Amino acid sequence: MNLWLIILGMSVATFGQRAAFLLLPARVQLPAPLRRALRYVPAAVLTAIWAPELLLQKGVLSLALGNERLLAGIVAVAIAWRFRVTFGTIAAGLVALHLFDWMF
Amino acid sequence: MQPARTEFRTGLRAGLPLLIAIVPFGLVTGVAMAAVGIPAFEAMAMSVLVFAGASMLAATQLIAEGAPGLIVVLAAFIVNLRLLMYSASIRPYFAGESLGRRLLVSYTLVDNPYALFLQRFGAHPEAAGKFDYFLGLSITNWVGWQASVAAGLLVGNQLPTAWKLEFAAPLAFIAMSVPLLRDKAAVAAALSAGVTAVLAHGLPLRLGLALAAAVGIAVGLFTEKLLGTKA
Repeated sequence: MNLWLIILGMSVATFGQRAAFLLLPARVQLPAPLRRALRYVPAAVLTAIWAPELLLQKGVLSLALGNERLLAGIVAVAIAWRFRVTFGTIAAGLVALHLFDWMF
Repeated sequence: MQPARTEFRTGLRAGLPLLIAIVPFGLVTGVAMAAVGIPAFEAMAMSVLVFAGASMLAATQLIAEGAPGLIVVLAAFIVNLRLLMYSASIRPYFAGESLGRRLLVSYTLVDNPYALFLQRFGAHPEAAGKFDYFLGLSITNWVGWQASVAAGLLVGNQLPTAWKLEFAAPLAFIAMSVPLLRDKAAVAAALSAGVTAVLAHGLPLRLGLALAAAVGIAVGLFTEKLLGTKA
């Protein structure tokens, strides 16, 4: 039941975000400072989601070679930076994870 | 541009190359949802009703951790704040369309079609066939997404855990975020948000994500001002 409430809440919130300006009358504008601030949302939020997954092991910061998720993540970031490909980034990251797991 | 029907077909075709990005992401999302035990029906309901992959993947991770429902919804809202930005930026192109059409654009508005649409019409806001092009693009995108989530759900439980496929979720976020770092201010926003998220990981109620977003935005704006550039 709780899961359905989550789905409902997410649906309403997400649709509201998308529809907000498409449904409002044209004279309602986002204030310029807010528009500028929103530009940094994707980069900030998406990075904030993956960074802890790579840098923390069981809730503790780990920068050691034994943290194969961090090493594989660095490979994935490099691929994404250079080639901007989704599939290549995911595939390279998974292969690197197994490689580093085997090495260290 | 072209007559409406041609624009529609052009849109349908233009969406095809996007599938190379959409399909792996949808598969990862489906696999992740199956792996944490979200039933297939509920998972597809979420996929159809929410239709925003990044927030679904983030929600899946939180559900797996047993986070309270309100926190899951709040996290999804933060992840999807960019859609609010898209909504504001795409409005001028659809201001003259009927309510039904604007609702349809609202429902299907996500990253890739948004970017592709602006590539074609960004310099021609008055051109005809905008809605038809967007609709074609969105249909390809929607069908590709739902099919790949369904495929991910189907195989999800059968894949060996030794493959470490759960790591595909953070990798998908890397694949989404890194190409956004086109200028120094965006890099600064991402770095500071990432560091904040790591340091604030222990905060209750997933406040770390909201805090990281706020720090990232502030640092991005500050860097932009410092460098005196407009990205």
